[in-house]
Amino acid sequence: MNHEELLYAETHEWLHLTEQDGDKIATIGISAFAVEALTDLVYIQLPEVGQKVSVGKSFGEVESVKAVSDLYSPIEGEVIEVNESLANDLEALSTDPYGKGWVAKIKLTDEGGLANLMDIDSYRKQCSDD
Amino acid sequence: MTSTLAQTPLHSWHVSHVGRMVDFAGWSMPVQYSSIVAEHRATRRHVGVFDISHMGRIRIAGPDRVQFLDHLLTRQMTDLAEGCIRYSLLCNESGGILDDVLVYRFDDQQNAHWLLVVNAGNRNKIASWLDQQSHAFNVELEDLTATTAMIAVQGPLAVQVIPRVIAAPPGHSFAKLKYYQSQPGTFHNTRVLVSRTGYTGEDGFELILPTGSAVELWNAILDCDPDYAAQAVGLGARDTLRLEAGMPLYGHELTEEINPLQAELHFAVNLKGRNFIGRESLQMIQQEIGQPQRVGLKLEGRRVPREGYRVLSDRADVGHVTSGTFSPTLEVPLAMAYVTPQVATEGSKLHVDIRGTSTAARVVKLPFYRRK
Repeated sequence: MNHEELLYAETHEWLHLTEQDGDKIATIGISAFAVEALTDLVYIQLPEVGQKVSVGKSFGEVESVKAVSDLYSPIEGEVIEVNESLANDLEALSTDPYGKGWVAKIKLTDEGGLANLMDIDSYRKQCSDD
Repeated sequence: MTSTLAQTPLHSWHVSHVGRMVDFAGWSMPVQYSSIVAEHRATRRHVGVFDISHMGRIRIAGPDRVQFLDHLLTRQMTDLAEGCIRYSLLCNESGGILDDVLVYRFDDQQNAHWLLVVNAGNRNKIASWLDQQSHAFNVELEDLTATTAMIAVQGPLAVQVIPRVIAAPPGHSFAKLKYYQSQPGTFHNTRVLVSRTGYTGEDGFELILPTGSAVELWNAILDCDPDYAAQAVGLGARDTLRLEAGMPLYGHELTEEINPLQAELHFAVNLKGRNFIGRESLQMIQQEIGQPQRVGLKLEGRRVPREGYRVLSDRADVGHVTSGTFSPTLEVPLAMAYVTPQVATEGSKLHVDIRGTSTAARVVKLPFYRRK
Protein backbone atom coordinates (compact mmCIF):
# COMPACT_ATOMS: atom_id res chain seq x y z
CA MET A 1 0.00 0.00 0.00
CA ASN A 2 1.42 3.36 -0.94
CA HIS A 3 1.00 5.45 2.17
CA GLU A 4 0.97 8.64 0.12
CA GLU A 5 -2.36 7.65 -1.39
CA LEU A 6 -4.14 6.72 1.82
CA LEU A 7 -6.62 8.72 3.87
CA TYR A 8 -5.89 9.52 7.51
CA ALA A 9 -7.97 10.18 10.60
CA GLU A 10 -7.08 12.76 13.21
CA THR A 11 -6.71 9.82 15.63
CA HIS A 12 -3.91 8.33 13.45
CA GLU A 13 -5.73 5.49 11.70
CA TRP A 14 -5.15 5.14 7.96
CA LEU A 15 -7.78 4.04 5.51
CA HIS A 16 -7.66 2.54 2.03
CA LEU A 17 -10.89 2.50 0.08
CA THR A 18 -11.77 -0.12 -2.57
CA GLU A 19 -14.96 -1.28 -4.26
CA GLN A 20 -16.12 -4.86 -4.26
CA ASP A 21 -19.42 -6.03 -5.78
CA GLY A 22 -20.81 -2.52 -5.46
CA ASP A 23 -19.84 -2.25 -1.79
CA LYS A 24 -17.25 0.16 -0.49
CA ILE A 25 -14.62 -1.65 1.57
CA ALA A 26 -12.17 0.19 3.81
CA THR A 27 -8.93 -1.40 4.96
CA ILE A 28 -7.84 0.27 8.18
CA GLY A 29 -4.51 0.36 9.96
CA ILE A 30 -2.41 2.52 12.28
CA SER A 31 -0.08 5.15 10.87
CA ALA A 32 3.69 4.75 11.16
CA PHE A 33 3.77 8.01 13.10
CA ALA A 34 1.40 6.64 15.74
CA VAL A 35 3.17 3.28 16.02
CA GLU A 36 6.49 5.05 16.38
CA ALA A 37 5.04 7.25 19.11
CA LEU A 38 3.70 4.24 21.01
CA THR A 39 6.83 2.00 20.81
CA ASP A 40 7.17 -1.24 22.77
CA LEU A 41 3.83 -2.69 21.67
CA VAL A 42 2.70 -5.67 23.70
CA TYR A 43 -0.90 -6.32 22.76
CA ILE A 44 -3.61 -5.56 20.24
CA GLN A 45 -7.30 -6.05 20.86
CA LEU A 46 -8.82 -6.63 17.42
CA PRO A 47 -12.48 -6.07 16.60
CA GLU A 48 -14.66 -9.09 15.77
CA VAL A 49 -15.94 -10.00 12.35
CA GLY A 50 -19.55 -8.91 12.14
CA GLN A 51 -19.04 -6.13 14.66
CA LYS A 52 -20.74 -2.83 13.79
CA VAL A 53 -18.49 0.19 14.05
CA SER A 54 -19.30 3.87 13.98
CA VAL A 55 -17.44 7.10 13.41
CA GLY A 56 -15.17 8.13 16.27
CA LYS A 57 -16.06 5.08 18.40
CA SER A 58 -13.45 2.66 19.70
CA PHE A 59 -13.29 -0.64 17.85
CA GLY A 60 -10.14 -2.04 19.39
CA GLU A 61 -7.09 -1.07 21.36
CA VAL A 62 -3.37 -1.22 21.11
CA GLU A 63 -1.26 -1.48 24.20
CA SER A 64 2.38 -0.60 24.77
CA VAL A 65 4.57 -0.97 27.86
CA LYS A 66 3.80 2.63 28.73
CA ALA A 67 0.18 3.17 27.74
CA VAL A 68 -2.97 1.85 26.13
CA SER A 69 -4.61 3.59 23.16
CA ASP A 70 -8.00 3.05 21.59
CA LEU A 71 -8.37 2.43 17.90
CA TYR A 72 -11.13 4.66 16.62
CA SER A 73 -13.20 3.83 13.60
CA PRO A 74 -13.06 6.63 11.04
CA ILE A 75 -16.21 5.35 9.36
CA GLU A 76 -19.53 3.63 9.86
CA GLY A 77 -19.86 0.02 8.81
CA GLU A 78 -19.43 -3.64 9.61
CA VAL A 79 -16.18 -5.50 10.18
CA ILE A 80 -15.80 -8.17 7.49
CA GLU A 81 -12.24 -9.30 8.13
CA VAL A 82 -9.57 -8.80 10.79
CA ASN A 83 -5.82 -9.36 10.63
CA GLU A 84 -5.60 -12.27 13.09
CA SER A 85 -1.88 -12.69 12.40
CA LEU A 86 -1.14 -9.46 14.31
CA ALA A 87 -1.81 -11.23 17.63
CA ASN A 88 1.42 -13.18 17.15
CA ASP A 89 3.24 -10.64 15.04
CA LEU A 90 2.83 -7.20 16.59
CA GLU A 91 6.11 -6.30 14.92
CA ALA A 92 4.23 -6.02 11.62
CA LEU A 93 2.58 -2.86 12.95
CA SER A 94 5.96 -1.14 13.02
CA THR A 95 7.87 -2.93 10.25
CA ASP A 96 5.07 -2.79 7.67
CA PRO A 97 2.30 -0.50 8.98
CA TYR A 98 0.69 0.00 5.55
CA GLY A 99 0.98 -3.64 4.46
CA LYS A 100 1.16 -6.64 6.77
CA GLY A 101 0.23 -4.33 9.64
CA TRP A 102 -3.35 -3.73 8.45
CA VAL A 103 -5.88 -4.15 11.26
CA ALA A 104 -9.37 -4.65 9.82
CA LYS A 105 -11.54 -4.46 6.72
CA ILE A 106 -14.84 -2.72 7.09
CA LYS A 107 -17.82 -2.65 4.72
CA LEU A 108 -19.19 0.87 4.73
CA THR A 109 -22.85 1.37 5.56
CA ASP A 110 -22.57 5.14 5.41
CA GLU A 111 -20.02 7.36 3.72
CA GLY A 112 -20.45 10.28 6.12
CA GLY A 113 -17.18 9.73 7.97
CA LEU A 114 -15.05 9.95 4.84
CA ALA A 115 -15.45 13.71 4.64
CA ASN A 116 -13.48 14.14 7.88
CA LEU A 117 -10.42 12.26 6.65
CA MET A 118 -7.19 13.92 5.56
CA ASP A 119 -4.80 13.33 2.71
CA ILE A 120 -1.13 12.68 3.42
CA ASP A 121 -0.13 16.35 3.31
CA SER A 122 -2.73 17.46 5.83
CA TYR A 123 -1.92 14.48 8.03
CA ARG A 124 1.80 15.23 7.93
CA LYS A 125 1.04 18.77 8.95
CA GLN A 126 -1.01 17.54 11.91
CA CYS A 127 1.82 15.26 13.01
CA SER A 128 4.41 18.00 12.84
CA ASP A 129 2.13 20.26 14.91
CA ASP A 130 1.62 17.56 17.57
CA MET B 1 8.30 21.82 26.44
CA THR B 2 7.62 24.86 28.56
CA SER B 3 10.53 26.78 30.00
CA THR B 4 9.13 26.53 33.52
CA LEU B 5 10.43 22.97 33.87
CA ALA B 6 13.73 22.47 35.67
CA GLN B 7 16.57 21.08 33.57
CA THR B 8 19.38 18.79 34.64
CA PRO B 9 22.97 19.54 33.48
CA LEU B 10 22.47 16.76 30.89
CA HIS B 11 19.34 18.30 29.38
CA SER B 12 20.96 19.39 26.11
CA TRP B 13 22.52 15.96 25.72
CA HIS B 14 19.11 14.30 26.10
CA VAL B 15 17.49 16.61 23.58
CA SER B 16 20.27 16.20 21.01
CA HIS B 17 20.08 12.40 21.44
CA VAL B 18 16.36 12.35 20.67
CA GLY B 19 15.29 11.72 24.24
CA ARG B 20 11.53 12.06 24.49
CA MET B 21 11.27 14.72 27.13
CA VAL B 22 8.41 14.70 29.59
CA ASP B 23 7.46 16.63 32.70
CA PHE B 24 8.48 14.51 35.65
CA ALA B 25 7.92 16.16 39.03
CA GLY B 26 8.59 19.57 37.49
CA TRP B 27 11.72 18.44 35.64
CA SER B 28 12.15 17.99 31.91
CA MET B 29 13.35 14.38 31.79
CA PRO B 30 13.85 11.76 29.05
CA VAL B 31 11.29 8.96 29.24
CA GLN B 32 13.16 7.03 26.54
CA TYR B 33 15.73 7.49 23.77
CA SER B 34 15.13 4.40 21.63
CA SER B 35 12.63 2.02 23.19
CA ILE B 36 11.85 1.19 26.79
CA VAL B 37 12.32 -2.53 26.18
CA ALA B 38 15.70 -2.04 24.44
CA GLU B 39 16.95 0.23 27.23
CA HIS B 40 15.64 -2.16 29.88
CA ARG B 41 17.42 -5.12 28.28
CA ALA B 42 20.65 -3.17 27.85
CA THR B 43 20.64 -2.60 31.62
CA ARG B 44 19.93 -6.24 32.46
CA ARG B 45 22.52 -7.56 29.98
CA HIS B 46 25.27 -4.93 29.78
CA VAL B 47 25.10 -1.50 31.29
CA GLY B 48 22.55 1.31 31.37
CA VAL B 49 23.38 4.92 32.19
CA PHE B 50 20.70 7.08 33.82
CA ASP B 51 20.49 10.79 34.50
CA ILE B 52 19.00 10.94 37.99
CA SER B 53 20.04 14.52 38.70
CA HIS B 54 16.39 15.34 39.38
CA MET B 55 16.59 13.38 42.66
CA GLY B 56 16.88 15.76 45.62
CA ARG B 57 20.20 15.91 47.49
CA ILE B 58 20.08 17.54 50.90
CA ARG B 59 23.15 18.00 53.08
CA ILE B 60 22.83 17.94 56.86
CA ALA B 61 25.72 19.20 58.98
CA GLY B 62 26.12 20.59 62.51
CA PRO B 63 26.77 19.03 65.90
CA ASP B 64 23.25 17.59 66.34
CA ARG B 65 23.07 15.98 62.90
CA VAL B 66 22.95 12.38 64.13
CA GLN B 67 20.27 13.01 66.77
CA PHE B 68 18.28 15.07 64.28
CA LEU B 69 18.19 12.29 61.70
CA ASP B 70 17.53 9.65 64.31
CA HIS B 71 14.52 11.72 65.37
CA LEU B 72 13.14 11.85 61.81
CA LEU B 73 14.02 8.53 60.24
CA THR B 74 12.23 5.23 60.80
CA ARG B 75 15.51 3.37 60.90
CA GLN B 76 18.26 3.75 63.44
CA MET B 77 21.10 5.92 62.16
CA THR B 78 23.44 6.21 65.15
CA ASP B 79 25.13 2.92 64.26
CA LEU B 80 25.62 3.66 60.56
CA ALA B 81 29.33 3.49 59.75
CA GLU B 82 31.27 6.25 57.98
CA GLY B 83 30.86 6.11 54.21
CA CYS B 84 27.92 3.74 54.48
CA ILE B 85 24.41 4.20 53.17
CA ARG B 86 21.06 3.11 54.54
CA TYR B 87 17.60 3.01 52.98
CA SER B 88 15.06 4.60 55.29
CA LEU B 89 11.71 6.33 55.46
CA LEU B 90 10.45 9.61 56.83
CA CYS B 91 6.99 9.37 58.37
CA ASN B 92 4.49 11.88 59.68
CA GLU B 93 3.00 11.63 63.18
CA SER B 94 0.34 9.17 61.97
CA GLY B 95 2.94 6.83 60.50
CA GLY B 96 2.16 7.81 56.90
CA ILE B 97 5.18 7.81 54.59
CA LEU B 98 6.49 11.28 53.69
CA ASP B 99 9.28 9.88 51.54
CA ASP B 100 11.69 7.00 51.12
CA VAL B 101 15.30 8.09 51.08
CA LEU B 102 18.91 7.01 50.97
CA VAL B 103 20.97 8.28 53.90
CA TYR B 104 24.74 8.68 53.56
CA ARG B 105 27.14 9.30 56.45
CA PHE B 106 30.46 11.15 56.14
CA ASP B 107 32.65 11.72 59.18
CA ASP B 108 35.63 13.57 57.67
CA GLN B 109 36.85 15.97 60.33
CA GLN B 110 36.69 19.19 58.31
CA ASN B 111 33.49 18.31 56.56
CA ALA B 112 31.42 15.94 58.69
CA HIS B 113 27.89 15.71 57.32
CA TRP B 114 25.10 13.43 56.21
CA LEU B 115 23.38 13.37 52.89
CA LEU B 116 19.77 12.52 52.11
CA VAL B 117 18.80 11.55 48.60
CA VAL B 118 15.07 12.14 48.29
CA ASN B 119 12.50 11.72 45.54
CA ALA B 120 12.27 14.60 43.06
CA GLY B 121 8.56 15.00 43.65
CA ASN B 122 9.06 15.25 47.42
CA ARG B 123 12.11 17.49 47.49
CA ASN B 124 10.36 20.73 48.47
CA LYS B 125 8.12 18.97 50.94
CA ILE B 126 11.06 17.24 52.62
CA ALA B 127 13.21 20.37 52.62
CA SER B 128 10.40 22.22 54.43
CA TRP B 129 9.80 19.29 56.78
CA LEU B 130 13.49 19.14 57.73
CA ASP B 131 13.57 22.89 58.20
CA GLN B 132 10.44 22.82 60.36
CA GLN B 133 11.76 19.97 62.52
CA SER B 134 15.26 21.40 62.86
CA HIS B 135 14.49 24.19 65.34
CA ALA B 136 15.24 22.13 68.44
CA PHE B 137 18.52 20.92 66.91
CA ASN B 138 21.81 22.55 66.07
CA VAL B 139 22.01 21.55 62.41
CA GLU B 140 22.67 23.22 59.07
CA LEU B 141 20.65 22.19 56.05
CA GLU B 142 21.70 22.77 52.47
CA ASP B 143 19.97 21.69 49.28
CA LEU B 144 22.70 20.52 46.87
CA THR B 145 20.35 19.48 44.07
CA ALA B 146 21.04 22.44 41.80
CA THR B 147 24.82 22.41 42.22
CA THR B 148 25.38 18.69 41.72
CA ALA B 149 24.48 16.08 39.13
CA MET B 150 23.66 12.43 39.79
CA ILE B 151 24.23 9.60 37.34
CA ALA B 152 23.36 5.92 37.82
CA VAL B 153 25.43 3.26 36.05
CA GLN B 154 23.61 -0.05 36.34
CA GLY B 155 24.02 -3.54 34.97
CA PRO B 156 26.39 -6.51 35.12
CA LEU B 157 29.19 -4.60 33.37
CA ALA B 158 28.93 -1.46 35.54
CA VAL B 159 31.65 -2.92 37.77
CA GLN B 160 34.03 -2.89 34.78
CA VAL B 161 33.05 0.56 33.55
CA ILE B 162 33.41 2.58 36.76
CA PRO B 163 37.08 1.76 37.56
CA ARG B 164 38.02 2.61 33.97
CA VAL B 165 36.45 6.05 34.15
CA ILE B 166 36.83 7.15 37.77
CA ALA B 167 40.11 6.94 39.70
CA ALA B 168 39.87 5.50 43.20
CA PRO B 169 42.16 6.82 45.95
CA PRO B 170 45.36 4.79 46.53
CA GLY B 171 44.61 1.48 48.20
CA HIS B 172 40.96 1.52 47.16
CA SER B 173 39.10 -0.16 44.34
CA PHE B 174 35.58 0.60 43.14
CA ALA B 175 35.21 -3.01 42.02
CA LYS B 176 35.60 -4.03 45.69
CA LEU B 177 33.23 -1.38 47.03
CA LYS B 178 30.52 -3.16 49.02
CA TYR B 179 26.81 -2.82 48.41
CA TYR B 180 25.44 0.32 50.14
CA GLN B 181 28.87 1.81 50.69
CA SER B 182 30.38 4.91 49.14
CA GLN B 183 33.85 6.11 48.25
CA PRO B 184 34.96 9.37 46.67
CA GLY B 185 37.02 9.17 43.50
CA THR B 186 38.27 11.59 40.87
CA PHE B 187 37.40 12.16 37.25
CA HIS B 188 39.65 14.69 35.47
CA ASN B 189 40.53 16.32 38.81
CA THR B 190 36.88 16.56 39.81
CA ARG B 191 35.68 14.83 42.94
CA VAL B 192 32.98 12.23 42.29
CA LEU B 193 31.14 10.45 45.09
CA VAL B 194 30.71 6.82 44.03
CA SER B 195 28.22 4.57 45.81
CA ARG B 196 27.27 0.98 45.16
CA THR B 197 23.54 1.58 45.05
CA GLY B 198 20.76 1.56 42.51
CA TYR B 199 17.12 1.18 41.65
CA THR B 200 17.17 -1.51 38.98
CA GLY B 201 17.80 -4.84 40.68
CA GLU B 202 21.21 -5.04 38.99
CA ASP B 203 24.65 -4.49 40.40
CA GLY B 204 25.60 -0.88 39.85
CA PHE B 205 26.79 2.48 41.04
CA GLU B 206 25.41 5.95 41.57
CA LEU B 207 27.64 8.98 41.11
CA ILE B 208 27.31 12.48 42.55
CA LEU B 209 29.49 15.25 41.13
CA PRO B 210 29.50 19.00 40.43
CA THR B 211 27.19 19.98 37.56
CA GLY B 212 30.05 21.34 35.43
CA SER B 213 31.59 17.89 34.84
CA ALA B 214 28.35 15.99 34.29
CA VAL B 215 28.31 15.90 30.48
CA GLU B 216 31.99 15.00 30.28
CA LEU B 217 31.59 12.13 32.75
CA TRP B 218 28.38 10.96 31.07
CA ASN B 219 30.14 10.78 27.71
CA ALA B 220 33.20 9.11 29.20
CA ILE B 221 31.00 6.34 30.62
CA LEU B 222 29.08 5.83 27.37
CA ASP B 223 32.26 5.86 25.27
CA CYS B 224 34.60 4.02 27.62
CA ASP B 225 34.61 0.81 25.57
CA PRO B 226 32.31 -0.15 22.69
CA ASP B 227 32.39 -3.76 23.95
CA TYR B 228 30.36 -2.74 26.99
CA ALA B 229 27.57 -1.42 24.75
CA ALA B 230 26.66 1.13 27.43
CA GLN B 231 23.40 2.82 26.62
CA ALA B 232 21.57 5.88 27.94
CA VAL B 233 18.36 4.83 29.66
CA GLY B 234 15.30 6.97 30.31
CA LEU B 235 12.71 7.05 33.06
CA GLY B 236 10.48 4.55 31.22
CA ALA B 237 12.94 1.69 31.66
CA ARG B 238 13.92 2.96 35.11
CA ASP B 239 10.30 2.26 36.04
CA THR B 240 10.08 -1.21 34.43
CA LEU B 241 13.44 -2.20 35.98
CA ARG B 242 12.49 -1.15 39.52
CA LEU B 243 9.10 -2.81 39.14
CA GLU B 244 10.66 -6.17 38.19
CA ALA B 245 12.97 -5.73 41.17
CA GLY B 246 9.91 -5.27 43.42
CA MET B 247 10.99 -1.82 44.57
CA PRO B 248 8.25 0.60 45.61
CA LEU B 249 7.94 4.03 44.00
CA TYR B 250 6.77 7.08 45.91
CA GLY B 251 3.43 8.37 44.65
CA HIS B 252 2.43 4.83 43.70
CA GLU B 253 3.22 2.18 46.33
CA LEU B 254 4.16 4.81 48.92
CA THR B 255 2.09 7.84 49.95
CA GLU B 256 1.23 9.71 53.13
CA GLU B 257 -1.84 7.48 53.40
CA ILE B 258 0.31 4.33 53.41
CA ASN B 259 2.41 3.21 56.36
CA PRO B 260 5.69 1.24 56.10
CA LEU B 261 4.22 -1.91 57.64
CA GLN B 262 1.53 -2.39 55.03
CA ALA B 263 4.09 -1.47 52.35
CA GLU B 264 6.06 -4.53 53.53
CA LEU B 265 9.01 -2.31 54.47
CA HIS B 266 9.45 -3.73 57.99
CA PHE B 267 13.18 -3.96 57.37
CA ALA B 268 13.30 -0.15 57.17
CA VAL B 269 11.60 0.42 60.54
CA ASN B 270 13.28 0.02 63.94
CA LEU B 271 10.67 0.53 66.65
CA LYS B 272 12.65 -0.85 69.59
CA GLY B 273 14.56 1.34 72.01
CA ARG B 274 14.26 4.59 70.12
CA ASN B 275 11.90 7.41 69.37
CA PHE B 276 11.13 9.06 66.06
CA ILE B 277 8.28 10.91 64.45
CA GLY B 278 5.52 8.41 63.71
CA ARG B 279 6.83 5.72 66.04
CA GLU B 280 3.84 5.67 68.41
CA SER B 281 1.41 5.38 65.53
CA LEU B 282 3.45 2.61 63.93
CA GLN B 283 3.56 0.76 67.25
CA MET B 284 -0.25 0.80 67.31
CA ILE B 285 -0.58 -0.01 63.63
CA GLN B 286 1.58 -3.07 64.26
CA GLN B 287 -1.23 -4.57 66.40
CA GLU B 288 -3.92 -3.79 63.85
CA ILE B 289 -5.23 -6.41 61.53
CA GLY B 290 -7.06 -5.94 58.28
CA GLN B 291 -4.84 -3.31 56.67
CA PRO B 292 -4.35 -3.69 52.91
CA GLN B 293 -0.91 -5.12 52.09
CA ARG B 294 1.44 -4.54 49.20
CA VAL B 295 1.74 -7.63 47.00
CA GLY B 296 3.15 -8.63 43.63
CA LEU B 297 0.78 -9.92 40.97
CA LYS B 298 1.60 -11.94 37.88
CA LEU B 299 -1.13 -11.89 35.24
CA GLU B 300 -2.20 -14.13 32.39
CA GLY B 301 -2.30 -12.92 28.80
CA ARG B 302 -0.50 -9.83 27.55
CA ARG B 303 -2.70 -6.97 28.68
CA VAL B 304 -1.08 -4.58 31.10
CA PRO B 305 -2.56 -3.91 34.53
CA ARG B 306 -2.28 -0.18 35.19
CA GLU B 307 -2.46 2.09 38.19
CA GLY B 308 -5.93 2.29 39.70
CA TYR B 309 -7.32 -0.92 38.15
CA ARG B 310 -9.39 -2.91 40.62
CA VAL B 311 -8.27 -6.26 42.02
CA LEU B 312 -11.03 -8.82 42.47
CA SER B 313 -11.47 -12.06 44.41
CA ASP B 314 -14.57 -14.01 43.41
CA ARG B 315 -15.88 -10.78 41.90
CA ALA B 316 -15.51 -8.92 45.21
CA ASP B 317 -13.32 -5.81 45.16
CA VAL B 318 -10.25 -6.56 47.31
CA GLY B 319 -7.86 -3.80 46.30
CA HIS B 320 -6.19 -1.86 43.52
CA VAL B 321 -3.11 -1.81 41.33
CA THR B 322 -0.49 0.83 42.18
CA SER B 323 2.00 0.10 39.34
CA GLY B 324 1.93 -2.29 36.43
CA THR B 325 3.83 -3.11 33.30
CA PHE B 326 4.59 -5.75 30.74
CA SER B 327 7.81 -7.21 32.06
CA PRO B 328 10.53 -7.05 29.39
CA THR B 329 12.54 -9.76 31.20
CA LEU B 330 9.81 -12.24 32.16
CA GLU B 331 7.56 -11.31 29.22
CA VAL B 332 4.38 -11.38 31.29
CA PRO B 333 2.23 -8.58 32.71
CA LEU B 334 3.19 -7.70 36.30
CA ALA B 335 1.74 -5.42 38.93
CA MET B 336 2.16 -4.25 42.46
CA ALA B 337 -1.11 -3.84 44.29
CA TYR B 338 -2.60 -3.23 47.71
CA VAL B 339 -5.05 -5.98 48.65
CA THR B 340 -6.88 -7.08 51.80
CA PRO B 341 -4.72 -9.37 53.99
CA GLN B 342 -7.08 -12.33 53.50
CA VAL B 343 -6.00 -12.61 49.86
CA ALA B 344 -2.44 -11.27 50.25
CA THR B 345 -0.82 -14.68 50.57
CA GLU B 346 1.50 -16.14 47.96
CA GLY B 347 -0.36 -18.24 45.39
CA SER B 348 -3.67 -16.52 46.04
CA LYS B 349 -5.75 -16.55 42.84
CA LEU B 350 -7.24 -13.16 42.00
CA HIS B 351 -8.42 -11.16 39.01
CA VAL B 352 -7.63 -7.69 37.74
CA ASP B 353 -10.35 -5.73 36.00
CA ILE B 354 -8.60 -4.53 32.86
CA ARG B 355 -11.03 -2.04 31.32
CA GLY B 356 -13.99 -4.34 31.88
CA THR B 357 -12.21 -7.65 31.22
CA SER B 358 -11.55 -9.77 34.28
CA THR B 359 -7.99 -11.08 33.88
CA ALA B 360 -6.56 -13.92 35.99
CA ALA B 361 -3.75 -12.92 38.36
CA ARG B 362 -1.76 -14.70 41.03
CA VAL B 363 -0.06 -13.29 44.10
CA VAL B 364 3.67 -13.96 43.81
CA LYS B 365 6.66 -13.30 46.02
CA LEU B 366 8.54 -10.04 45.48
CA PRO B 367 10.85 -9.35 43.80
CA PHE B 368 9.61 -10.63 40.46
CA TYR B 369 13.19 -10.65 39.21
CA ARG B 370 16.39 -11.36 41.10
CA ARG B 371 19.78 -11.19 39.42
CA LYS B 372 21.88 -14.35 39.33
